[in-house]
Formats: sequence, C-alpha cells, structure tokens
Amino acid sequence: MSDTTLPPTVAERKTGSGALAHTIYVLRENPVTALSFAMFAFFIGSAVLGPALVPYDPLQTNAANALQAPSWSHWFGTDNLGRDVFSRVIVATRLDLIISVSAVALSFVIGSVLGAVAGYRGGWLDVVLNRFLDTIMAFPLFVLAMGIVAALGNSISNIILATAIINIPFYARLVRAEVNIRREAGFTLAAKLAGNSDTRVLAFHIFPNALPPMMVQVSLNLGWAILNAAGLSFIGLGVRPPTPEWGIMVAEGANFIVSGEWWLALFPGLWLMLAVFTFNLMGDGLRDIVDPRRRT
Amino acid sequence: MARRSSATLNRILQAIPVLIGVVVISFILTRALPGDPAVQFAGAAATPESIEEVRRSLGLDKPLPEQFLIYVGDLVQGDLGQSVSTGRPVATELASRLPASLELTLSALILSCLIAVPLGVLAATRPGTWIDQLCRILVTAGVSLPTFFTGIVLIYVFYYLLGIAPSPLGRLDFIYLDPPRITGFFLIDAAIAGDLETWFGALKQLVLPATTLALFTLAPIARMTRAAMLSALAADYVRTARAAGLGPGMVLYGYAFRNALLPVVTTLGMVFSFVLGANVLVEKVFAWPGIGSYAVEALVVSDYAAVQGFVLAMALLFVILNLLIDLSYSLIDPRFGTSSK
Amino acid sequence: MLTIKDLKVAFKTRRGDVQAVKGISFDLAKGERLGIVGESGSGKSVTSYALMRILDAGGRIKSGEAVYDGIDLKQAAERDMREIRGREISMIFQNPRAALNPIRKVGHQLEDVLRQHGRATRQNAKAKAIEALEAVKINEAAERYEAYPFELSGGMCQRIVIAIALACDPKLLIADEPTTGLDITTQKAVMDLVDDLVRAREMSSILITHDLGLASEYCDRIVVMKDGVIVEEGRPADLFSNPRHAYTRKLVDATPRRGASIRSLLPEDQRAPLAARTIGNSPMMEVVNLTKTYQGKSGPVYAVKGISFTIREGESVGLVGESGCGKSTTSSMIVRLLDPTSGHLLFRGEDIAKLPSENFSRHPLRQKIQMVFQDATDSLNPRHTARQSIAEPLKRLTGLKGAHLGERVEELAALTGLPSHLLDRFPHQLSGGQKARVGIARAIAPDPDLLILDEPTAALDVSIQAVVLNLLADLRARLGMSYLFVSHDLNVVRLLCDHVVVMKGGKVVEAGAVETVMDTPQNPYTRELLTAAPQAPARKSAA
Repeated sequence: MSDTTLPPTVAERKTGSGALAHTIYVLRENPVTALSFAMFAFFIGSAVLGPALVPYDPLQTNAANALQAPSWSHWFGTDNLGRDVFSRVIVATRLDLIISVSAVALSFVIGSVLGAVAGYRGGWLDVVLNRFLDTIMAFPLFVLAMGIVAALGNSISNIILATAIINIPFYARLVRAEVNIRREAGFTLAAKLAGNSDTRVLAFHIFPNALPPMMVQVSLNLGWAILNAAGLSFIGLGVRPPTPEWGIMVAEGANFIVSGEWWLALFPGLWLMLAVFTFNLMGDGLRDIVDPRRRT
Repeated sequence: MARRSSATLNRILQAIPVLIGVVVISFILTRALPGDPAVQFAGAAATPESIEEVRRSLGLDKPLPEQFLIYVGDLVQGDLGQSVSTGRPVATELASRLPASLELTLSALILSCLIAVPLGVLAATRPGTWIDQLCRILVTAGVSLPTFFTGIVLIYVFYYLLGIAPSPLGRLDFIYLDPPRITGFFLIDAAIAGDLETWFGALKQLVLPATTLALFTLAPIARMTRAAMLSALAADYVRTARAAGLGPGMVLYGYAFRNALLPVVTTLGMVFSFVLGANVLVEKVFAWPGIGSYAVEALVVSDYAAVQGFVLAMALLFVILNLLIDLSYSLIDPRFGTSSK
Repeated sequence: MLTIKDLKVAFKTRRGDVQAVKGISFDLAKGERLGIVGESGSGKSVTSYALMRILDAGGRIKSGEAVYDGIDLKQAAERDMREIRGREISMIFQNPRAALNPIRKVGHQLEDVLRQHGRATRQNAKAKAIEALEAVKINEAAERYEAYPFELSGGMCQRIVIAIALACDPKLLIADEPTTGLDITTQKAVMDLVDDLVRAREMSSILITHDLGLASEYCDRIVVMKDGVIVEEGRPADLFSNPRHAYTRKLVDATPRRGASIRSLLPEDQRAPLAARTIGNSPMMEVVNLTKTYQGKSGPVYAVKGISFTIREGESVGLVGESGCGKSTTSSMIVRLLDPTSGHLLFRGEDIAKLPSENFSRHPLRQKIQMVFQDATDSLNPRHTARQSIAEPLKRLTGLKGAHLGERVEELAALTGLPSHLLDRFPHQLSGGQKARVGIARAIAPDPDLLILDEPTAALDVSIQAVVLNLLADLRARLGMSYLFVSHDLNVVRLLCDHVVVMKGGKVVEAGAVETVMDTPQNPYTRELLTAAPQAPARKSAA
C-alpha cells in the first residue's frame, strides 16, 4: 500500500538537516543573498568595532587641514572643520543602525500584537484598529514624523519613537491580513481540535506561519527606517552637530557641493545608500531561511 | 449602476471619520509640546506678559475639550494660527506656496509614470531580457536611494560638472519675472500669458528637482506594474483569451493590462504618501519655495504653529488625493463596492 | 481529422529538461468524442496545451507529429495558430469564473472573439453575441450580455465559457477538466449541454478528465495515460469489462460504482479480508433540531434550519448534499468548532451544544470527537513535520511525553500505513496520499469515538482515494469508531456508510439506510442527485 514518494535524493543531498544547514544551503544557492549577508556583516562590524578601529577621532577638528580632497592619509578627505570624513562615516554607522533597529523592533512588536489580535478576533476590535491605522496612514508618513518630533522635542529618542509610530500600520496590516487568511485554515482548526486554546493557536500556530512574508517586510522596513531617520536629521531634527550621522553629514556637505567639494556629501550618502541596499537585498534571503517550504 | 453610485457615496462618507481623526491628532500634536505651549507659541523673545497674552488668546487656560472645540472652530474658518517668524497667518503662507509644491509633485509623478509603467509592462512581457534586468536593478536601487542624496548628486553632475542645469535656487532665475498668477503653476500661467521665455525658464528650473523626485517614485510604480502584469499574464482569463485566438495586442492591453492597472492605481495611494514626504527634502535641496521648505524653515526657528499647520494641510491634501484615487479606481473596476474582488 | 504520432513534450526547468509527454499517438475522427483519462502528472492536459501551442514559457514540442486537417500544428506560424484557435479548435478549462475577464462584460468578451475571427462587424457584433448566448441555452440572453462574471453563478459562467468557445463554429472542442469544482447536478447540466451542442454541430471533442466514470458516459473512445505515455485505449464498455493493462485495471477498480464493495476498489492482489465490525443499538450522537443563523449584509442567513439525525455506536453515517446545503456548517457544529444558534447535540446523553466552542478545547470530551479535513495541504501546519503534527493532540490532550510519545507516534504511523522515514518531512515534501495519512493519524491519535470526515478524499487521485477509503474502513473495524462522512459523492458514501442523510437548503430532505435510499429514493432531489452522478458501465466480472 505505498504511494509514489518524492525523490529522497534532493532532501538527503544537504549535509544534515536543521536550521543551520538550511541557512548555509540558502546562502550557497543564492549568491545575491550571500553577498547581502556579507555586506550586513560589514555594517554590523562597523557599528560595533568602528569607533575603536577608525584612524582618526571623528570629533577631532583641525582647521588647517580643512576641505582636503580624498588622499592616502584621509581616504574620504576632510570636511570644513578638518575632521576625517572616513572616520565619521564609519562611526555614524552605529547611531544610524541603533535608530533604525530600535524603531523597527518597537513597531514590529506593537504592530504584530495589534494586528494578530484584531485579525483573529475580528468584530469591534478589528474595526477600532482599522480606524486607528487609517488615521495614522491619512498623514504622509514622513510629514507625520516631522510633526511628532517637532511636538515632542528634538532628540534621538523621539526620532526613534516617531519612526516607530509611523511604521506600526505596515506591520499591523500585514499581520492582520496573514492571520485572517489562516484563521479558518485546516491546520488552525486541527490545532483547536488538538486541545489548544485560542491564544495558543494564535501564538504558536498561526503567527509563526505569518513570519516568512513578514521577514521581507522587516528588512525593507529597516532600510526605510534608516532613510527616514537620515531624512529627519537632514532637515535638522534629532541629531545635532557635531554628532556624526549620515543624514546630517549630507546636509552639511550639501553646502559645499556647488563649490565642487563633493566628498563631504558623497561618502556619507553613498554609505547610507549601501546600507539601505543591503537591507533590501536581505529580505528575500531572510524569508527563504525562515520559510520551511523553501527547504527541499 | 445604482449600486456603484451608492458605493461611491459610501466611500466619500468614509473620508469623514478619517478627517475627524486627522484633526484630533493634529490637535494632540499642538498640545503635546514639552513644557508650556504658550511659551513656544509666543516665540523666543517673549516677555512674561506676552506669554500670558498668548496663553489667553490661544485659550490655553481653558479646559482641554473646550480648547479642542475652539481649535476646530478656527480650522473651519481657515485659521491656522500666526506664523511667529513671518508674522502672517499660517494659512495664507501655505496657500501662497501650495501651487509651487503641487507643480513639482505632479510633474514628478507624471514623469515617473510615463517611464515606470511602460518599463514595468515591457519587463513583464519580456522576462529575462535586458529590459527585465534593467527594471529589476532600477527598482532595487531606486528604493535604496535617499532622495536628498540623489538631488545633491544630480546638482553636482549637471550643474557643477556639466554646467547644463541652472543654479538650484528656486523656481525661476532672478532675471525672469513671475508670470501673472492665475493658477500659481508657472508652466500653466506662463503658457496662458503667452510668455515663451518665462515658460522655458520655469521648465529649466523644474527639470532637476522633478527628476530627483521622479527617480524616487519610479521604483515602486515600476515594481508594482511589473508584478501586476506578470500576475495578469499568468491568469486564467488570459489563457482563455489566447485559446480563443485573440491577437497579442488585444490580449496584452485589453485583457492583461487593464486588470494590472488596478493594483497599480492602489499603489499610487502609497506612493503619494511617500512623495509628499520626499517633497520636503527635495524642496530643501533645491530651495524650491513650496510648503515643504516653509515647514523646514519654520522648524529651524521653532515656529510651531507653522509646522503644525503644515502637517495638517498635508494630511488634508493627502485625504483628498486618496479619495480621488479610490473614486478613479471605481471607474475602472466594476466590482467596486461589492464583496467580490 | 487529428493525427498525433509519437508526440513528445518537454519543459525546461532549472534542473534540466522534464519530459511531460513521452511519445503518444492517437487519432481522432470527425464527429468522434474522445476521452483522455489520467491522474495528476499523467500529461493529459499538457498534450492539449501543446496542440493548441499555448504551453507555458518553458514548454515546447520536442518531437513527433501533430496534424490537424492537413496542417502541421508543430511547425505552423503563430499567426496561423491564432486563426486555428477559436475558429477550428477551441478549448474550455476548469474554474469557469476565473476563466473570464473579471472587469469586462461577458457580452463584450464574446464580441472580441467574434470580431477577431471576422464573424462579426462592429455593427452586428452585439446581435451575434446575443445569438451565441442563446445557442448555449441561456435565457434572457440580452440581459446576461451586460453582466460581469462576478454577478453570475458558476454554472452560468461555464456556459459563457462554452459560448465563447463555440462562437466561431470550431470543428474540434477540447474540454480540460470542465466540471472540476462544480456540483454534481451542475456538472451533469454542463456536460449534457456540451454533449448536445457537440453532437448537433457534428463536432469532434476531446474530454480530459481524471474521472473514468465521467469519461465513459460522455465519450465514444477512451485513451488512458500514465506518466506521459498511453497505456491503453478502447471503448468504455470494453475498458470496464476487460481492462488489459494493469494501470487501467487499477483505475477501473478504483472508480466507485454500484455493486462494488470497499475492497473491490483495490487491485486484486491487495484485497485482504475486511475485519468485521459491530454496530451498537444505543445512540452515540443525537442531533436534535440543530439550527445556525448568520447575520448577513442583507438580512439573516439561515444556513441550517433545524435538522435532526442520530449516529449509533460504531455506525457510519453519510451526510450528503451539494455546496451551500449546510453540511459543512453542520459538521463544524457537531465537532464543536462552531456554536449552534439553537438545538441540542447529545453525546451519549450529554448536551455538548451548551458548551461554548471557545472553551471546548479544554473539555474532557474534546478527545472523543475529532475530524479529518478535506484539503490536506491546508490542514497540516507548514512549519511542522509530520511527527510534530501527529504528536500535537497527544501532547495537549493525553499528556504523553518523551519516549512514550515517540512510540505512540510511530504506532499511529504504522496504523495508517505511513512509512516512518517520512515522519520527519514537512508537508510540502509529502505527496497527497501521504498527507491524507498524516491527517488521519493525527485525528485518531487521541482515541476518538466519533470521527468526522469532511470530504477527506475530494482532492485525491482516484487510485489514492481507493487506498484511503480502505484505510478508513480498516481503522474503524479495528478501533470501533463511528463516522460522520460528509461528501457530495454518493458512490463513495454508498461504499462506506450504513445510514445516509441527504441535505438541501439547510434541511434534511431524506434519510435512511444507505441501500434503501440509494435503491429506492423517495425524495425527488435525492433522485436528481442519483441520476446526475456519472455511472460507470457495469463490470461483467464479479467484484
């Protein structure tokens, strides 16, 4: 009484099974993903070890050495106060990453809980949540962030808070939709038949299945959060000089573009772009790692 | 048809609670200032007497619900407060600068749609070719580009290095006079006045900022167009059309593209949200005298009434835009208002 | 009219060429109705797509001949193929509503085809379109012309699709699983309509289906395909009475029909004797006046309008009806996933309807009533291995742990015929039949007394269905469970159940012992259901 089974060859071809082996498999199969992970590692390294390893003190001014073009002693040149641009760019990684990761983590947690409960229960809870989300999304999001930071005060923690608030609707809507799809699925009902209470079903059966599509959103969001934070500091909110941060460095450098000193604005902007690019590329890779259906 | 007009009415009515929510949040923002709002609104060079005066005139000594009613009352009359930096009513400032922002935003959107939609369609119909790769690269790079950065790079390349773009100092070089104001859109007003030189002058200034903004919106529109076309081309009804022998033009445009337009139109709503935000950044880079740069200047001098007036105005604009998008969606999709999608 | 010789079709994938069709040959005469029967993966649909040259991007005809009326279909230019499609050869597909452009009026879609093939001008297109609608027996054709697909029923959509296919008077109609997903009575109406039209216009037709019974009723000749090759061909009666190839025999055996027994669905060499079972006298589950009313957008919806029936200890009851009759709602209420609006559910005397469904998961009776779901793909958690899925109810309901848990899971796998090396696979790595076994193992894990089966074999190939039905029969004999078998397939219900309840519009229209109801139906709806089910020709050899 045996049916035809899928060929075991592909399943057994990987050395061992389990999460780590699957991660390595995904990285090997997809060079773009591997590249993005390598770049991500670089940025994390810059954030953690950067301040200790950079050649110059990012805050050290040197008026005599101002506005020097890139050279061997100053890879990215110096800015108008003689500070080494390369050191400042690398050190800025830490602040930018902290801002975006905190904001995204905050909005992920809040948005997921709200969306999951509303998607599962429905009813008036769902309606209220929708109204709330609609109201937030009725504002152009960057503008709302501006308004929140302007209202609460010009500080880094408020930048994080504002970015988190404007991000909540994405997660709430996404989780709500994913939970809604699976609410009446066979395996959800089976989990209830197996004796799980509603809360357990939501937390341990439905939500983990909503994770793969959310992974893509999380990484896109990280990129977007960095852009957002840099944009806010570009217009003068949040970070104040002389703190090195990519957005504010581009803003300061913009004044010198028209006179031809391009390196002040270019390098921080480039780094910013690369960081966002890395996160965008990682999205698909993260999803492949988390999704059991990609395990062949 | 009666069903559709009732659904349309429904959609318009749905905008009302959203508007109420927007006003409530704006109000909360005005009162959420750390410390004493009266001090903030009175400005930097305020004396204790003027602060008290401001407090009374703004009604800040009254209970919160009453303040809210006063706020709404003022809004309905078009009063958004006084701008501390310029001394003029915020509403007047915004109204005079709105056309500049709209001209920039709309030109950018039209430009990006003209490029992004055909690109997305071509990429979907020719998968794996160079145009598909180009589309994918553009999309991935496009969503990573910081708007303010691309603006600066464009200025450097086209103004400083190549010298073909004019200096980024606003809407019109000082050698030209503003055209007589009818709509506030320089391109339209100059055309109406028959002033070709001014028209070209305005166009030259518009190119670089509009391109910067267009690059930003290109990516999501191209991505959605490509995805929607791919999905439509793989759909059952396209298979039926092919099996019935319909020509490639009919299948592509009559059947696939029209259906693909639906999610693209929906995406436009999200794109509008981003573009209104990116507008602020582009206006700062190019010194474009719109409401975005007004808000940025106001932020620097802590002119809170101006900033909050700006936020509210943007939100109202956005709600109207979304309403228009949804209504145009209803024209394309006959299923609008029913539960089947 | 159509000659296929040694046709080979291949698909280019990342892992190299995949041969979907490995060299098939058959002829089709004018006016002949041919059936291509095979299970999933047999290559039957690919063959027709290849003929019409509408294969997906990676597919192509590798070699062989396909000649229609003297035209070489393999070499013809795309322009010529466009002339042929719709005008000479037409095709209709499954899932009719999805096959129509959702934002275009159906009348306009007809006009598109008519004008493409020069059968109408802009002036008379509308009139011709209405004519085409009337040709497929659509009443009020002028109004239907203005409709959008979402406003029409499934059966009506299928008629529109047929109208589009026949609008330009083609000579050959290919129907690719046209009745999948349709109710039995709708299925009969659609097949009868197609048959009438094809015969009246003296067309040839090719019916592609997995249902051998359906093909035998509507085709003059049948070709059986497996794994890309033709294993046998012949007239339906011959195939059924004297199948020569082993696979054909397997298919014929597995097709449920009158006079067959559960065991006879299996190939002869696998028919171990069925263990006896006893049906008690005392009622296990009494459904008393059960109702369910929903609040719809335009007023209340009465899904179930007061039904009553009884399931005795050890008995198998079939719940039969078409879509929308309320049988799924009823089974959801009985298994306590849904709360009834009113009525009683007496499980061995205790009224479980009173317990709210949210709390039932913690009730001691939870493990006594379990369910096997229809779509095994949907019913297994994609993140859990088979082992974890089966272990879940054991962990939650019986408190088994560690080694004991592992042993019990292995035991259940053995009981349901699931090889133990598959236990650590994820659902997407298992075949349809294997997933069905996991679903059954999970359901019987906590030792239920009442097992509700909601169309458990509807999505399975007919040979796998035979195996699963026999497994269910063995299990109930061994474990003494009662079954509530919900299905639309009367032939299957007849094989497995003792008592049958027929539902329509939320009410019970007939109930009784299965032989009595099937042989001498009293209610006209029951009679309608029975005649609509495709009847395979009787086999001369005894089952």
